Amino acid sequence: MSAPLLETRDLSVTFKVARQGGWPWSPPRELQAVKQASLRLEPGRTLGLVGESGSGKSSLARAIVGTVPVSDGRVLWRGEDIVSMDTAAQRAHGRHVQMVFQDPLDALNPRMTVGQIVAEPLRTHFPDLSKEQVRAKVGQMMERVGLLPALINRYPHEFSGGQCQRIGIARALITDPELVVCDEPVSALDVSVQAQVVNLLQELQREMGLALLFIAHDLSVVRHISHRIAVMYLGRIVEVATASELIANPRHPYTKALIASVPIPSPKAERARHRPVLEGELPSPMSPPSGCVFRTRCPIARADCADATPAVMNIGNDHLVSCPYHSSTEASPL
Amino acid sequence: MFATKSVADDLAGAAPVKGRSLWADARARFLRNRAAVAGLIVLLLVAAFALIGPLIAPWNNEDIDWNVLGNVAQGGRPSLETGHWFGTDALGRDLFARTVQGTQISLLVGIVGALISVIVGTLYGAIAGYFGGRIDNVMMRIVDVLMSIPYMFVLILLLVVFGRSLLMLFIGIGLISWLDMARIARGQTLTLKGKAYIEAAVATGVRPFTIILRHIIPNLLGVVIVYATLLVPSMIIYESFISFLGLGVQEPLTSWGALINDGASEMNNGTLWMLLAPLFFFVITLFGFFFVGDGLRDALDPKDR
Repeated sequence: MSAPLLETRDLSVTFKVARQGGWPWSPPRELQAVKQASLRLEPGRTLGLVGESGSGKSSLARAIVGTVPVSDGRVLWRGEDIVSMDTAAQRAHGRHVQMVFQDPLDALNPRMTVGQIVAEPLRTHFPDLSKEQVRAKVGQMMERVGLLPALINRYPHEFSGGQCQRIGIARALITDPELVVCDEPVSALDVSVQAQVVNLLQELQREMGLALLFIAHDLSVVRHISHRIAVMYLGRIVEVATASELIANPRHPYTKALIASVPIPSPKAERARHRPVLEGELPSPMSPPSGCVFRTRCPIARADCADATPAVMNIGNDHLVSCPYHSSTEASPL
Repeated sequence: MFATKSVADDLAGAAPVKGRSLWADARARFLRNRAAVAGLIVLLLVAAFALIGPLIAPWNNEDIDWNVLGNVAQGGRPSLETGHWFGTDALGRDLFARTVQGTQISLLVGIVGALISVIVGTLYGAIAGYFGGRIDNVMMRIVDVLMSIPYMFVLILLLVVFGRSLLMLFIGIGLISWLDMARIARGQTLTLKGKAYIEAAVATGVRPFTIILRHIIPNLLGVVIVYATLLVPSMIIYESFISFLGLGVQEPLTSWGALINDGASEMNNGTLWMLLAPLFFFVITLFGFFFVGDGLRDALDPKDR
């Protein structure tokens, strides 16, 4: 099998948090945002990444894009390690990986016109292009994402949220990237606009052969767009499977709870179903629980869950789960 | 999206619509503010006075009118007949020409001081804030150290050691004026750094200095301009104070501070015009700058009103 487009191997991201009230030289505390995450993404496919707030989805995405330093592990791009590249090579690599952000207005410089914003990656990576060429490309790209090219001289504050997100997408696609990392691109938009943006992304993916890393905490959106879905909890990837498999046959107790929390748009069915609700809060990533990080909230936790980090098991069909007791469906035998 | 498709076809050949930038919005808000526009007009008139004054003055600023010497209190009064519109100073020199020259020097000092502060302070603060960490620590501690030195003392020492000259005055004022600006720019940069458009630029692979120049400085500029307009009068006041102490610009050059000093020393001899003429321009200019600064703040930051 050839190398996938993107692969992370045991990727960890650690943030240093200064101790409150400490001396300037006292060592900072460490926050493990992502721990030993391994993912694969094939060209032209979509990998969904779900998990609750604080689970490290965005940190993982930023480590892949390169705006957050990787503390351990590797990010392989077509088999080549990005983390160990020198700065110039990393900058040049930015052409292939682009990002779409959550808050569309926050992602656009208010002092630049839409044309300048969309053109920025072009000017960075193709400084030889003439003004007319840049303008023509920007116009084409704006049309492609459903914006009037005549609006090229407008400023971001003159657009609606959905339009701003389209501008963000145009900026991400202008250099013909192979991977676009979408960090909750629709969670700040209304539902009707969400659908438009998701459909636009899918359409562009088909046309341009893009791979997408799609982050969201809304499972129904992720299910719609993704080929494979990875579930994160407290910085660990707990389960990865194809979208249909994960929804129909979730194995990790956290995934089960997550899927059960998605409302069914039918009051009768909604009332009738059994809903295992997770209790408690997400533990602090400064001092995660020993062994399996989910054991403090897990309905099927056993005493030995505290001993060691559960290994990732392939239960067939490329369905990876990191819970040794995934088959003991309900109630704990404790 | 689909409803606009046909409109899109119609507009496809149309000329691009000109957008209203935040700057254009701010200009419109500024022009609606009467006090600020009045301040701006006053400042323009003062600037015109400094530029056109030498051309229309009947007397040279260095020539002594021997007719009034010895009888300044009577012969040196402001009058149209003698051509001394603002009167003469104690030595019989024409005060109109002297005030024009003082205005030139004072405005120059104020604007040069503010320019140094805008250019050096903004860049310094933006670089410290953007790179953060150790670089930020070292750069801002340098600012702290420079700030802890009593600037008036240093300025006086510079002027005494290297002699009184306009250049020394500029150097002395330039040394201190950018410190506050650097702090303000750094603080603003720290908040801008969290914006997603900065991250987008980093992810794309834009170079750090390009990010500072393209994304950070334009967004800092609102705050910087407001502070700079308030800095010009404070620079003028510094210079006036130094000149008032007798250490500022050297004769025959003069400035508002030196003129006010001269006028104040003659206050008891019945020649009050020597004080009032430079003081009038000094005061209206300061008011003009304060009103313009206020207006700019309201115009550039409508949320904070």
